[in-house]
Amino acid sequence: MKLVFLIPAFPLLGALSLIFFGRKLKEPLAGYIATAAVGLSFIFSVVVWIKFLGFSGNVFVDHLFVWINTGSFKVDAALRVDPLSLTMVLFVTGVSTLIHFYSVEYMHKDIDFPKFFLYLNLFVTSMIILVLGNNMLLTFVGWEGVGVCSYFLISFWHERPSAASAGKKAMIVNRIADVGFLLSMFLVIHYVHSLNYSAIFAAGPSLAKTTVDAIVLLAFVGAMGKSAQVPLYGWLADAMEGPTPVSALIHAATMVTAGVYLMVRLSPLLALSPDVAHIITIIGILTAFMAAMSATAQDDIKKVLAYSTVSQLGYMFVGVGTGAYAAAIFLMVTHAFYKALLFLSSGSVIHGMHDEQNLKKMGALKVVMPITAVAFFTGWMAIAGVPPFAGFWSKGDVLVGAFSESWLVWIIGLFTAGITSYYMGREYCLAFLGKARWISESSKGKKKSSKKEDHGHVVDPHEPSFKMMIPVVTLAILALVGGLLNLPFASSLKFLDKFLTPVIAASPSYFHPSAVNQIALGVLDAVFAIGGGLIAYFIWSKTYEKPALEFTLFKNAWYIDKTGDVAIARTSTKLAEVTDNVIEPKVIDGAVIGLSKLVLAVGILVRKMASGFVRREALVIAGGLVALIIIGGLRGGL
Amino acid sequence: MSVDLSYYLILAAVLFTIGLIGLLVRRNVLVMLMCVELMLNASNLTFVAFASKLKDVGGQADVFFVLVVAAAEVVVGLAIIVSIYRKRLGATADDLSSLKG
Repeated sequence: MKLVFLIPAFPLLGALSLIFFGRKLKEPLAGYIATAAVGLSFIFSVVVWIKFLGFSGNVFVDHLFVWINTGSFKVDAALRVDPLSLTMVLFVTGVSTLIHFYSVEYMHKDIDFPKFFLYLNLFVTSMIILVLGNNMLLTFVGWEGVGVCSYFLISFWHERPSAASAGKKAMIVNRIADVGFLLSMFLVIHYVHSLNYSAIFAAGPSLAKTTVDAIVLLAFVGAMGKSAQVPLYGWLADAMEGPTPVSALIHAATMVTAGVYLMVRLSPLLALSPDVAHIITIIGILTAFMAAMSATAQDDIKKVLAYSTVSQLGYMFVGVGTGAYAAAIFLMVTHAFYKALLFLSSGSVIHGMHDEQNLKKMGALKVVMPITAVAFFTGWMAIAGVPPFAGFWSKGDVLVGAFSESWLVWIIGLFTAGITSYYMGREYCLAFLGKARWISESSKGKKKSSKKEDHGHVVDPHEPSFKMMIPVVTLAILALVGGLLNLPFASSLKFLDKFLTPVIAASPSYFHPSAVNQIALGVLDAVFAIGGGLIAYFIWSKTYEKPALEFTLFKNAWYIDKTGDVAIARTSTKLAEVTDNVIEPKVIDGAVIGLSKLVLAVGILVRKMASGFVRREALVIAGGLVALIIIGGLRGGL
Repeated sequence: MSVDLSYYLILAAVLFTIGLIGLLVRRNVLVMLMCVELMLNASNLTFVAFASKLKDVGGQADVFFVLVVAAAEVVVGLAIIVSIYRKRLGATADDLSSLKG
């Protein structure tokens, strides 16, 4: 298990070699090197995992070096191998490898091809450090690393102003949330004097309840930013400006799960703080519902997926809040499979449609892209939670947790599951079924004018190359069978639950519904999932324009971004204008210019005294001397 | 035999006053410079008088400094006066008011 340091080392090495030799390596070698680096990282994750299965303890810590050593406070650079970090590292490196491989073809002919893979490798390194870090500070290093890489990758096509501003938005929103994480760490340093997770958990029960509340709540603020919870979720939708593999890697499979990971990592503390857990549940279910509604009215193929990611993250936080930690991780893993699958399939669609992302301009792609259609269908089924696809089992687990906690949360969750199936169905129907809007458009173009052809923009959808199909098909299979990780039928089949139990807080005792209840809940889940999907099919396979079902409120994602824009951005712009127009010229310049005017006025007065006549000045000196003598005599009594 | 200290001081005061009055009254720059020298030497006299009275050689040492500075000052002052003569053919102090503020 000493090999654990190799897991982050390989992608780091890949990134370094791309920094120095990227320009020379060119296409496609740079891409393959990056893929190989992450692939090796995955292989070593598996090796470490196998070794860990034979390990007697629950936690193995590999001390690399002492990082910070100041008197009583010490931070090691140490990697923590335990079931939670292993689960994370396995699916992160696994899915990342597939996405790297897919990107080699997808980014074909991009000018900055090597740079793209440099960022991807750096991102994977950061993510691995995030999950393997043995203390909060090392986790924070990875946390910031993924943040900065997501900034690079979202604004990868920075010539587009929208991409540049989307990158900035992601950066700023994440920074706001990071303040929470930092404050949480400061509290931990103050009260625990160590940032090591083991030390924090050991100290947890002896801390005051308000202290634990504050630590967990502040950490959750950090998680809200990273995992795009209400109200800090706008950046994730905008992040779709990045290349599609980036959306798949960052905004579905890995980075956004960091918040959920952090809360599960801190679950021994969170378990001590039921109030904060309730807050997390409420925010989670609110996010799940609001984002799902937003997804029903989006026209951009990737924005639907973006909001669905936000919604799924909301579900994960419902799992965290209700104490169903293993279920949250289970959902995270299966979500990584099917969301990466959906994003990569949509990438194939966008690729085939020559960078067209508008669903309203697609349709009937099933005929020309049958494999992608099947893959996307699999993703739909999986995310909707239709049995036996992966999503059914994982979302089922989360909903069982919600059911145990509060029937209201459960009903909203169940309804949202139906909505999830509906909006994914809408997306599938708009893209793959119905009439082909792209043919009509190109023929229209031919009749009216040949403008389209001048730009060489003949729409000619086609199945992507074989190399792009491999990761998609692999992920489709995973999305189909991912449920096997944690089947609820017998406790011996709950592999993930059993694996994670030693390191996460125990679920509350009420969290074990009877078998009958569980079956009933499962049937309800399936009914809602299939129902939502069928509704979508009947509406959207026939038409593509139905404004009555695409509310402006949802199209604008509940105006939360706009509210923030008006309330914060506009007002601070106004404030800046006031300072620029009033305070700067009047107050600051006034003070500076006023001072110089004062000096000038004094000078004009004083200079009259200098007459230039030597004798008069000598008289003044002599007079002064006499005056001094008189004063001295009066005071000193000469 | 010794002369009383007060005589020296009175002499010095008289010399100083003559110098000061000369400085204020005369318009010839050369004469004004000489008056300044007179005032300096009046103060030198005071120094020496006190030095001998108090048996302190420091006062006499100070006089050397004053002499040296006065010599340097005379050099500079005369040089200025000479250059003024060359330019203006005359050295009346009241004409030289180009430093007026």
